[in-house]
Formats: sequence, C-alpha cells, structure tokens
Amino acid sequence: MAERADAPRVGPAGTLEQLLATKEIAISCGSGGVGKTTTAAAAGAMAAAHLGGKVLVLTVDPAKRLANALGLEQFGNVERQVPAELFQAVGVDPRGELFAAMLDTKESWDALVRTHAPDIQTRDAILANPLYKNITGKFVQSHDYIAMERLHEIHVSGRYDLIIVDTPPTRNAIDFLEAPERMADFFSSRLLRWLITPYRSRLINAASRPFYNVADRILGSQFLEDIAEFFILFQTMYDGFVERARAVTRTLEDRRTTFLVVSTLEEAPVREAEFFIDALDDRGFHLGALVLNKVLPAYFLDDGATAVAEVLCRKADPIAEEIAVADLGTADHVARVLREVGESFLNYRVVATREAEQRKELGRAPEVVASAPFFETDIYDLAGLLRLGERIWR
Amino acid sequence: MAAAPLALLDRRLLFVTGKGGVGKTSMAAALALLGSAHGKRTLACEVDAKGNLADFFEAEPNTFQPQELTPGLFAMAMNTEESLKEYLRLQLKVPLLARIGPFARSLDFVANAAPGVKEILTVGKLFWEVREEHYDLVVVDASATGHIIGQLAAPQAINELVKVGRVRDQTRWMVDLLSDPATTGAIIVATPEEMPVTETLELAGRIRAETEVDLAAVIVNKVLPELFGRGEEETFDRLREPDLVGALSRATGGPAESVLDAAELAVTLRRTRAEHIARLRNEMPDGIALLYVPYLFTRTHGVRATRHVAEALAAELGY
Repeated sequence: MAERADAPRVGPAGTLEQLLATKEIAISCGSGGVGKTTTAAAAGAMAAAHLGGKVLVLTVDPAKRLANALGLEQFGNVERQVPAELFQAVGVDPRGELFAAMLDTKESWDALVRTHAPDIQTRDAILANPLYKNITGKFVQSHDYIAMERLHEIHVSGRYDLIIVDTPPTRNAIDFLEAPERMADFFSSRLLRWLITPYRSRLINAASRPFYNVADRILGSQFLEDIAEFFILFQTMYDGFVERARAVTRTLEDRRTTFLVVSTLEEAPVREAEFFIDALDDRGFHLGALVLNKVLPAYFLDDGATAVAEVLCRKADPIAEEIAVADLGTADHVARVLREVGESFLNYRVVATREAEQRKELGRAPEVVASAPFFETDIYDLAGLLRLGERIWR
Repeated sequence: MAAAPLALLDRRLLFVTGKGGVGKTSMAAALALLGSAHGKRTLACEVDAKGNLADFFEAEPNTFQPQELTPGLFAMAMNTEESLKEYLRLQLKVPLLARIGPFARSLDFVANAAPGVKEILTVGKLFWEVREEHYDLVVVDASATGHIIGQLAAPQAINELVKVGRVRDQTRWMVDLLSDPATTGAIIVATPEEMPVTETLELAGRIRAETEVDLAAVIVNKVLPELFGRGEEETFDRLREPDLVGALSRATGGPAESVLDAAELAVTLRRTRAEHIARLRNEMPDGIALLYVPYLFTRTHGVRATRHVAEALAAELGY
C-alpha cells in the first residue's frame, strides 16, 4: 500500500545520492519526531549500499529500535560495523561498509579530558571532581559540544569516507551549532580568569571583592571554591580546548560538510525547519537537502477523487443500491461504509491541503528536496531503512 | 477516564513535557485555558527560549512580565537573566550597584557556567509564584524530554551541592513544594507512535527514579478515530475488489480507487497507532492516568484549535 500511496516529488535538480557522493559529513537536523534519526540511518544505509567506501552513522538518539534495525545488539560510544550479511539478506550487495555509533556524553568527555590533561594528577582530579561529573552527565550544553567534538575527532582520523550525524532537536540547533565557539569563548573569557584568580592567589583585589561578597551570599563560599577548583583544573587544558573548539567550528563551515534538514509538513516542524534553514544561512553553513517525511499521498489533493468522496457522503444510499451485489450485505450497511470512506477522505484532505500550503512556505528550498510517504508500519529493520532510503535517494 | 480526575487541575503547578513534536505546547495552552475557564487565576509559562506558546492563544509574544490574555489567564516566557535579577532584588535585597555593570554580568556568567544554576533560576521563579500564591494554577510548557529531568532535579541537586548559604535555604522549600503531589505534578504528552511511546515510558521511569515530582498524568495526543464499526471492515474489503471498484467508479463518476486507498491508509494508520497505545497502557506503571485527545482534522491552528483540545481534555477529566 505504501508503494501505491505515492507522495508527490518536488524539487528540480540534484539528488541525495549526488549530494552524499561529494560530501564527507552530513548533519541531519530537524524538529523532534520528524524521523531525523531514521532518515540519517536510511541515508547511511543507502550510501554504504550504493556509493561504497566506509560510512558511519553517528547518532545521539539512543533508540534501541534503530540499533536493532542495523542488526546491532546495542549502540555504544565505539563504532560498530553493520554486518554485510544483513544487506545481503535483503538482496543488496553493498559496495561499501556501514558503521554505527551512539554518542555517550560522559565517556566522550572523559576521553577528551584524558587527551588534554597535562598530567595524570590533573586528569584524575578532574575526573573525580563532583562538578565535572555533574556537568558532563546532566547538562545538555555539554552534550551539544561533545557531539560536535566527537564528529571532528572521527573526521580527522580519516577512518570514514562519509559520516552522517544525527543531532538533538532543533530547539537546541543554534546551541549545538554554536557550541564549539561558545566553548572557546568560555575558556578564553576574562571573567573566568577573574573568577578563579582570587582562589588561586588568595588575594582578592578591590575591584572584585564586592562580586565575591554577593556571590558568597548567594551560593555559599564552599560551592564557589568547588567551582573555582574545577575551573582551575580545566584551565590547564585551555590551549588544547580552544584550539579544538576552533577546529570543530572550521569542520562545520567546511564545504565538505553539508546539512540535511528533516521535517514533516506539520505546522510546528515546518517552522522549525525554516528557522533552522535561516540559522544555517546566517552562519554560512551548507544546506544540502530538505527531506520531508510522512507526506500524505497526492490523491488527497486530486479534484476527481475529492468529488467522489463528496458524492459518497451525499448519495451513499442510492449508490449502495446501485452497486448492490449478493455478497455485500444490506444496502443500509453498505451505505454506512461508503459514507465513512467518503468522510475519512475529506478529513484527511483537510490535512493534506494544509500540508501542501506548508510545503509552499518552505519556499527557499535547497538544491535537493526529497519526500517520503507515510509508511504503513514503523521502520524496524534494514529492509525498512532501505525502503525509506529508496524514496529519498534519487 | 482518569482515576482521580479532579486532582489534576487542583494542583498548583503542572510541568507539561514530552518528546518534541507531540503537541506539548498545545496541551499546556489547553490546560491553562481549562484552568482559567474553571475560575482559577492561571499562569501559563513557556520555558523554551524559542517557544510558541503565544501562538496557541493568538497573543503577542510572551515576555518575562506576564501578559493578561483574558481575565484571569496570564502568560509569560521564562528568562533566566530576568529571573536572576528579580531574585537578587526580592530575596537578597542586593543594592542597585551590584545589579548593574560588571556585577550583573559576572553573576550571569556564574549562572551560565555553574551546573544547575540556570535550571534553578527557571524552576525557582515558578515555585516562587506558587509559594506567594500569585496564581491558583501555574501551567508550565516545560522543556522536552531530554532537559526536563535536569530542571526537575535541580533543587535537590543544588541542595546537595551547596552546603551553606542562602541558596540552600531557598532550595529547601522548593524541594518541599516539588515533592508534594497536592502541589506539583508532571504531565507527559505522547503521540501514539513508537518513539514518543518509548520515550514516555523511559521518562516516566526517570521521573520516579531521579526526581521528587509526582507524575500526574500522561496525555495521549493525536489519537485517530476508528473508521469502521463492527462487521464493516469485511464490507470494505469486498469493496476493494476490482468488480466493485469499477462499479463504484461508474456510480460516482470519478476515481473511486483513490478514495478507497485513502480509507485503507486511514485504517492502517489507526491500527498501527492503536498498538502503540496498547503498549503505553500495558507498560505504564499502575495508577497513572492516561488521557486521550483525538487527532484534530482542522484547518486552523491558534486559539480555536486550543479550545478544541481543552474541550477534549475536559471530557477526559470529567468536567
């Protein structure tokens, strides 16, 4: 049924295939619930199957179903290969290899600290600091940064030809785009030095004393000292961090990096998509494709079909009489079914019309616009991912 | 039907959360509308910087200063910087000098850098409004699934981190209000789809394990109507066969097959969603009310749609 339920295709030149063949990093972004993770995985599976080379899907979404769909028991911070047999089992002989990994924020932070800490004592002191644990475990901003940091790390390692990244929902989009820059700002900020200096020197100068008096009253001096200790320790990694954060920003700006904006045609996701497209534009990032998921079939916009639905609602009784055959049941019964069929069509047509409007409003479309229909079931295996992939690929 | 229908709106502070795209903001707006319709002085507060709560009331964009939408119904947008300033002014009687220039910036910097401070400034402001009884009901269009635990757990976390000082005193009463089910409740909004249901179940577990907040209800949004009654699906299947498709096309003078395809799509979507609802019902801990809101096949958004949702919720709550 899904195959028959054709979603209209729009967008002239360019395909996802061409786009991904020429890029090294594709970042999939969009509002929650629009199929961002699934789209990233489907694009990755298609790239591995048809483009060759080593393809990595890096997700921040711990969806167990996606792990299952890729034939992996579970995701981890370490990349794992999706067995080629899984492709072969669905009749695809992949030209390349597909890998998948899920970002583990805590583990990635720990790895980063191990890399940048000047010595073992500092390293251990940071890893044991309660504030460090708190920041890395709980707070989402650190999640945004580490996702981009990890992407950069994998990219420069040269282990993959193409990395497809799934991101947190766009409400944080700007956050994660700006995360590397903010991290650099943070570590190079004069305020940070101002904050920790008195605790280092134990000499509070006249200029900053009132600030500490106020801060002490609010937070208590113990907490302030905890913060200070944490930042003093982190300062030892200052150079490494700032350099890294800048490199990560450069990676995002690089022409080999592209962004896939994923959306449905519902009002809120469309607005998020527009917002995101603008944000990419402002920052000079490359918008490669717009992928529209769960698009209602084109027949809902067909005038002929609509006329049929209206006739079914209005004249269900005479039509039921007219088409009566022996095994169909009473005319009353048939008329009721016909009315329900007609009403359902008209209900969905309202939605389809609204969505067609939304689609028009996504005017400033990128080179590639791909759309995928409502699939009758959720995607739970590689075959499903490839089925979705086929719809958005060419 | 909810187990204790009245309990929901009788609470003072409701955090409405859920995976992005499930209609969290729409539910928060509808609950606020419902609260105010029942005579409660109600504040709706959006926490997300780029929230669109105002759209659901067709109002001007919200600011930190609440706007009165209709008599007794107020809306505001959280702003942690403003919240900090207000806190300093009201709580610490910090002199004006300290609130301007580098001092304010420094404090804001601490708020950004120190873990949990932003979160506490958010929930702190809300609890303040509740404690001071400025409103009968505060409905929060809260952060999405990923962030909400951090917010709800913030008072407790800060309470553990900060051993002395004013903040510790402040967080103590917040924890008291937060953990009192008669005062505070969390509501998770879900749609009957796989990922939202999975996240809802996970979040329900985490709210219990990691916060002191009572999970008041789960709202299942966008529930599709059952298309066919008893025995009608067999008739429909028979209508799908070529002889009758042909007969229908002749009788209606148009492409009947598309219309039948559409009905089949509707049936399939409904069936898939029903399975997810069943899973949610089966795996949700006992005693948590599930409220159902139908999918709205409407042309409009805005306050009219919000009213439809409020009516559906009212029916579920037994109003």
